[in-house]
Amino acid sequence: MTSLTATHDLPADWRDLFALTKPRVMTLVVFTGLCGLLAAPGAMNPILAFASVLCIALGAGGAGALNMWYEADLDAQMKRTANRPLPTGRLNRQTALHFAVGLSAASVILMDLAANHLAASILAFSIFFYAVVYTVWLKRRTPQNIVIGGAAGAFPPLIGWVAATGELALLPVLLFLLIFLWTPPHFWALSLFVRSDYAAAGVPMLPVVAGPRVTRRQIALYSLPMAAAAIAPWPLGLTGAIYGVTAAALSAFFVFLSFAVMANTATEPAGMRPEKRLFAFSIVYLFVLFGALVLDRYISAFTFG
Amino acid sequence: MTDAPRPEDEIVRARQKSGARVTAWVLGAFIVLVFLITIAKMMVNQ
Repeated sequence: MTSLTATHDLPADWRDLFALTKPRVMTLVVFTGLCGLLAAPGAMNPILAFASVLCIALGAGGAGALNMWYEADLDAQMKRTANRPLPTGRLNRQTALHFAVGLSAASVILMDLAANHLAASILAFSIFFYAVVYTVWLKRRTPQNIVIGGAAGAFPPLIGWVAATGELALLPVLLFLLIFLWTPPHFWALSLFVRSDYAAAGVPMLPVVAGPRVTRRQIALYSLPMAAAAIAPWPLGLTGAIYGVTAAALSAFFVFLSFAVMANTATEPAGMRPEKRLFAFSIVYLFVLFGALVLDRYISAFTFG
Repeated sequence: MTDAPRPEDEIVRARQKSGARVTAWVLGAFIVLVFLITIAKMMVNQ
């Protein structure tokens, strides 16, 4: 099939277009966006709520597709991404670009229609941030790419909240901060055990530029403010004990795993069990934390009316 | 006398057919969604 695709300009297969949207990344984005929407005060019309979450998914998909369009050359050089539709030639670049721009535009227009201008504006900015600020400006230029670029993935709970309420508040800003501070340890843990891939592709990830020791120290350092941002809503009275206790317990374990990473000295992926464990746990961490946030909100509402 | 269809042509046709079907579903869903959003907005603003 690949050789056929290479010699004949085949029409795009929808599965390849779907793969462009980075469905696995989208799962977390949609979940945090949905939780932001559900944690907001008041009740949103279910159709408008569904449409808003769909827009977050479409926006994330559009941004992911723009990223893959721009990075096709880079993806071809890395084992982890070489099998994507553009590097393998299963999809032509122009189709990918049209799809990405169409999806991004549709998500913003639909969000404006279903929710409000502010939610649509933040969604548009988050797509721009991921596709241009992170992908084009930062990723190939600075080892701080993930630190600043992490903001792109932090927008969904904010968008969900604003879609439901029409305004910003402290809790969604703290949720933004939490994902923003969670992103560096999450990606640096991954980039430690796929360091050779990034090095071969010339991406200046922190482990490539500064080495594993500095990266491990940074992971541990970032885990502390991240834990503070995760727990903060409880003492500030923005959430109840269900979220607070969950956040405290999970964040303590996150910090523990991060310090286990700092204590590790392995330079080969085979010896990087702590890094792999932190990477896997970091995904569960966000899912459970946001799940607890929604549970807390509904149990509190049920208990105290 | 007609030539036998080449395997490449069959793949192209199958892709076009599947692409057209998916596009039709997506456009249909988009129209239904815009309609539902409009109705929901009217209910919310009442």
